[in-house]
Amino acid sequence: MQQKTTNQKAWFLVLPVLVLVAFSAVIPLMTVVNYSVQDTFGNNQFFWAGLEWFQEMLSDERMWNALQRQLMFSGIILAIEIPLGIFVALNMPKSGFWSSFCLVVMSLPLLIPWNVVGTIWQIFGRVDIGLLGYTLDALGIDYNYTQDTVSAWITIIVMDVWHWTSLVALLAFAGLKSIPDAYYQAARIDQANRWKVFRFIELPKMMGVLMIAILLRFMDSFMIYTEPFVVTGGGPGNATTLLSIDLVKMALGQFDLGPAAAFSLMYFLVILLISWVFYTVMVNLDKKGM
Amino acid sequence: MARITLDNLAHSYNPTPASQDDYALKELNYDWEDGEAYALLGSSGCGKSTLLNIISGLLMPSQGRILFDGKDVTRAPTAERNIAQVFQFPVVYDTMTVHDNLAFPLRNRGRDETYVAERVQEIARMIGMEDMLRKKARGLGADAKQKISLGRGMVRKDVNALLFDEPLTVIDPHMKWELRTQLKKLHHDFGHTMIYVTHDQTEALTFADKVVVMYDGRVVQIGTPEELFERPAHTFVGYFIGSPGMNVIPAKVEGTKAYINGSEIALGAGYAPVSGKVEIGVRPEFARLSESEGLPVKVRRVEDAGRHKIIRAEFFGQDINIIAGEDDPVRADMTRVTFDPARVNVYTNDWRVAPQSATGGEAA
Repeated sequence: MQQKTTNQKAWFLVLPVLVLVAFSAVIPLMTVVNYSVQDTFGNNQFFWAGLEWFQEMLSDERMWNALQRQLMFSGIILAIEIPLGIFVALNMPKSGFWSSFCLVVMSLPLLIPWNVVGTIWQIFGRVDIGLLGYTLDALGIDYNYTQDTVSAWITIIVMDVWHWTSLVALLAFAGLKSIPDAYYQAARIDQANRWKVFRFIELPKMMGVLMIAILLRFMDSFMIYTEPFVVTGGGPGNATTLLSIDLVKMALGQFDLGPAAAFSLMYFLVILLISWVFYTVMVNLDKKGM
Repeated sequence: MARITLDNLAHSYNPTPASQDDYALKELNYDWEDGEAYALLGSSGCGKSTLLNIISGLLMPSQGRILFDGKDVTRAPTAERNIAQVFQFPVVYDTMTVHDNLAFPLRNRGRDETYVAERVQEIARMIGMEDMLRKKARGLGADAKQKISLGRGMVRKDVNALLFDEPLTVIDPHMKWELRTQLKKLHHDFGHTMIYVTHDQTEALTFADKVVVMYDGRVVQIGTPEELFERPAHTFVGYFIGSPGMNVIPAKVEGTKAYINGSEIALGAGYAPVSGKVEIGVRPEFARLSESEGLPVKVRRVEDAGRHKIIRAEFFGQDINIIAGEDDPVRADMTRVTFDPARVNVYTNDWRVAPQSATGGEAA
């Protein structure tokens, strides 16, 4: 008798995943694609628009401005959180009670829902009742995040640093802990100073986790919505209107479904592209044995 | 190069040691002579790495002093002691080239670049990595990395001592021989004081002028390979060195005779009355199977090791080993064993007892 080498019934095993992905990703995404190439006036009446919305969005200064603000925001928070996280990790106790204590305290901001973080800082920064805003005002510093662009930017950046530096620090700490003692001992015998220990031992050994930290923080900050929305609502004016805030304004505020759909597809493609670049870089680093 | 003196040295990882058992390294006095090659031999956890780290200054002893050429360095940091140490697992600076790795200890000490380049070339030739100097250390294999660590240890000419902490564990067997030979040659050429920690007796015996055997945080014997083989000071030394180790058999000792279950065995020397746990130790090399002489033995198994045969046997209810030459016959009617009287050592409470008088043959 001939042995059966194929069994079509095996497809049933993949079915649950296909259904799940279809409903959670493919169908919503295709709905957006559907909106992006058509115009609608409600009542489920659609008119073919082709690439019109895409052209409109690409020539619209509004999106470019939001993208510029977004890149500036992500750039600034990375430039602060990565070095600060490494610095915190280097200065944490390596073992014992205080090590665990630090880990727990540092995890706390990560556990707070984004909405709550926004609310905390929104109140904290208020000039009339907030501890931070009131103190700064009393010290004679001109601080008001609802009216002043610089104040608003400082507030959302400090908030993000407060919320997320712990993540970088925890990842860097894990990287540091994995370095065998012998490396430090060899460095002492080779008479390497503190800077050289960091430059030639700690930094290379942390590179892998730091890449992950940079990727995570970049993606998260690039898609950030809740916290700045709660604090500034994108204001004053459009000063803190980041990409996703702008998108929500367009789609749900103005109900411009076509342009918003085109906008979100481009947004999605940018994120996909950046993730791919990061992934490629990380895989190459892995190959080199880091 | 320096003479290293250990003065009442002891260490406990427990800050408030209550008893002797809390000490990872028990009290120790010893002089490491300038320019000798030593091996620290012992099983895992016997305190040999602790001792090494105390000498290099990575660990502060809980008691006692260390002197380099008479100068107290107990509290001196590693950098001041001018010591080189090679670790069990290769430590290389991944992002640097092989050249920069080798140059690192010299550059950190501010030597000028022409001297550094010259020295690196010399060391690279020694470890056979001249053609790899421009390569990044990251992509190299474990044995190449360990060679770099060895090279980094030797690049400074003026080191007080070179310490090795089981440096060949991760190296392939055939490379082991090569590197060990190179180390030996280095020692011969430059006369550094070298201390080599290992749990491999072959490594210790072939590398060192003097072998320091440690057991349970204590130095049990310091001697030449020959002394360790012929006159183990402690039953552990007898058991640990040799393959298979020494046969240790409970016995009664009176004068020049030992008695096992009432049967008599001749000893090479006379002994003063001994008490406590009395045992005799005979290396398998000095035991011989025989048809008619000696005491009864039951052969269980014969293993042919190529150059010799190892006979596993039962002797008064205890396992013993006998080594017979390749051509020596082992027959079913050989049910007795004899020991070379001059090679029988007497132990009480695991420590060797010095004989009182010689009765011919070689006395210890």
